[in-house]
Amino acid sequence: MSVLPLWLIPALPLAGFLACGLFGTRLGKRFVSVVGVGSVGLATVAAFSRLVPYLGGDHAPVVERVSSWITAGDFRAEIAFRLDPLSALMLSFVTFVGFLIHVYSTGYMHHDETDAGYARFFSYLNLFMFSMLTLVLAQNFLLMFVGWEGVGLCSYLLIGYYYEQPFAPAAGKKAFVVNRIGDWGFLLGMFGLATQFGTLDYDGVFQAAAKDPARFAPALTLIALCLFLGAVGKSAQVPLYVWLPDAMAGPTPVSALIHAATMVTAGVYMVARCNVLFRLSPDAMLVVAIIGTITAVLAALIALAQNDIKKVLAYSTVSQLGYMFLACGVGAFVAGMFHVMTHAFFKACLFLGAGSVMHAMSGELDMRRMGGLKGKLPTTYRTFLVAALAICGIPPLAGFFSKDAILAGAFEAGQPVLWAVGLFTAGLTAFYMFRMVARVFAGSFRGTPEQEHHVHESPPSMTVPLVVLAALSAVGGFVGLPAVVGEHGNRIEAFLSPIFLPLAAHEPAGHALPHATEWLLLAASVAVAAGGIGLAWKWYAKEDGRVPDRIAAAFPALYALVADKFRVDELYGALVVKPFAWIARICWKVIDVLVIDGVLNAGAFLVELAGDLLRFLQTGNVRNYALTFLLGVVALMLIVMGGF
Amino acid sequence: MIGKIPLADVLVVSAALFAIGLAGALLRRTAIVIFLSIELMMNAANLALLGYGAALGTVDGQIAVFFVIAIAAAEASVGLAIFVALFRHTETIDVNKINLLKW
Repeated sequence: MSVLPLWLIPALPLAGFLACGLFGTRLGKRFVSVVGVGSVGLATVAAFSRLVPYLGGDHAPVVERVSSWITAGDFRAEIAFRLDPLSALMLSFVTFVGFLIHVYSTGYMHHDETDAGYARFFSYLNLFMFSMLTLVLAQNFLLMFVGWEGVGLCSYLLIGYYYEQPFAPAAGKKAFVVNRIGDWGFLLGMFGLATQFGTLDYDGVFQAAAKDPARFAPALTLIALCLFLGAVGKSAQVPLYVWLPDAMAGPTPVSALIHAATMVTAGVYMVARCNVLFRLSPDAMLVVAIIGTITAVLAALIALAQNDIKKVLAYSTVSQLGYMFLACGVGAFVAGMFHVMTHAFFKACLFLGAGSVMHAMSGELDMRRMGGLKGKLPTTYRTFLVAALAICGIPPLAGFFSKDAILAGAFEAGQPVLWAVGLFTAGLTAFYMFRMVARVFAGSFRGTPEQEHHVHESPPSMTVPLVVLAALSAVGGFVGLPAVVGEHGNRIEAFLSPIFLPLAAHEPAGHALPHATEWLLLAASVAVAAGGIGLAWKWYAKEDGRVPDRIAAAFPALYALVADKFRVDELYGALVVKPFAWIARICWKVIDVLVIDGVLNAGAFLVELAGDLLRFLQTGNVRNYALTFLLGVVALMLIVMGGF
Repeated sequence: MIGKIPLADVLVVSAALFAIGLAGALLRRTAIVIFLSIELMMNAANLALLGYGAALGTVDGQIAVFFVIAIAAAEASVGLAIFVALFRHTETIDVNKINLLKW
């Protein structure tokens, strides 16, 4: 049986990008909708035509070479694509969620955009899909880096999509610059790999590292940390998380697709992909776990005090990404990837739900001016509620299983502190999510009368993706049931385990927790989540925020600090941006204007001066010229004859 | 030597002709006369070529002279055409007055 080649999956969105980008403006919105959504739809079909037989097979990695790419001495890099359990997992939800968000975008972007803007949006979105699929399917680090940079570029372009507003391009620039720091780490990591292993091919690197850990051990910690720096940038971890909340300046489908479901999880994917390198370096693992935990709790704290609906979701995303790194750092890579998948479902659903609310509210973002939308946006409300319950970790929704797997992994790895912080963060998550649900959907309407008059449920192109994503948020967790529920319930663990095979002699086989402990952990996380939800509901839905207002009034400085996002942006501004701008000013005013321009201008002045003086030799009188000839000839003859 | 005339004499005549031509080209103001002087210098050179050719017993000098004559004819036609065009424009062929192309 012939199968579709793997390269076709990224190539289809690339074709869509070219078609929409080159001809979209002229051919109109209908063409762009058909091509932009159709190309991703076809890519999804192509992906699942490969995934379905693959899931039924023996899960052996499939590598398909397209062509050689770089050959320099002994170093070779190929354009080759790889299908193994890890990339299969990513491929499935990237294509599917991506397709749903493309469909949603046709409804979301239809009203207020010109033909050119619409074509631009969909061409960028298709380019993003191409880059993301390249990243996921790449067979070596270099090709992954191509996708890695490609998604960064598309992120930049789409954050700055509303370029008429000043903050959108600024946010895009910030995302790009901050990501550059991470990409620098990724590059250094790749250089390290290339010098240590002589190849950037996954198989070559990981097999060599696993076979002879002692030989590479000294360099591996550094390499792993460099690669992790890349992941920190891309996946918005402390200290490079500041770009993601600002990235909400982009259109909401972009926030859902790039800044929640797919691109920001690329860092987790990369760490999971390099799990061999990380596991060989306990120090690097500890750094990953600690950074992840700090990010999780810090972002959750900031989310408590935000009033912008997308900002809450953005900090929530940062916090959940922290969870994923916590999982990777304690060695629970399967749990991390499981959370990547479930998070893609519920966070995309939440963002699209927020987009639907904004759509209904004429672009309003401030939760203080919403309220009582439960009855007016029934589909949005129900799907949003399901996704919110899922992220809080209420059984049996998807987030419960993945989050519990992470917390259990932390506990199992003997990190009770990280576990406790993770549990605390789960409570915060439940609280701020239901603060948002209560603020937006419960109570009475607090917006303007015009907004109230205008409120309407979104078109089917927007609600259908919401329903599908909510359904996935509800049932997506059943692929990873914890061991206490059923011996063979954890299918995702079984599926992904070939990627995370124990390294010989380095790690003992995982010792499972006793069932009683595991039940206890489950009960603790459910109790914390329920507590957070209950408190938020009591304070915000029932009492309309009087208690939190009193708390805020009692500790004004503390509240302002949290509401201002711990002033990290200001800190970076003072420590990095200002000095840098100052250095740039010196470079500009002194080095460029004074020195470089000065040297050039002085040279030009000399030439001009010489020309000004010498031009008087040009008398226009032919006889003068003839005399000059004569003198020249006489001089030449004297020289030739050796007189001088 | 040409016939019975020694080479030195030929070269003296040639040099004299050249000097006359040079003086004319530098000192006269009428374009036509300058032109004639240039022709004179060219023919001085021709004479020298002939003298050397005869002295060395080869025909190379004569061949060169033929080329010079042919080219001088072409040059004369171009030069005269330029003077005609100049005269139409400026109503003069005094080279001191034709000095528009300066600084």
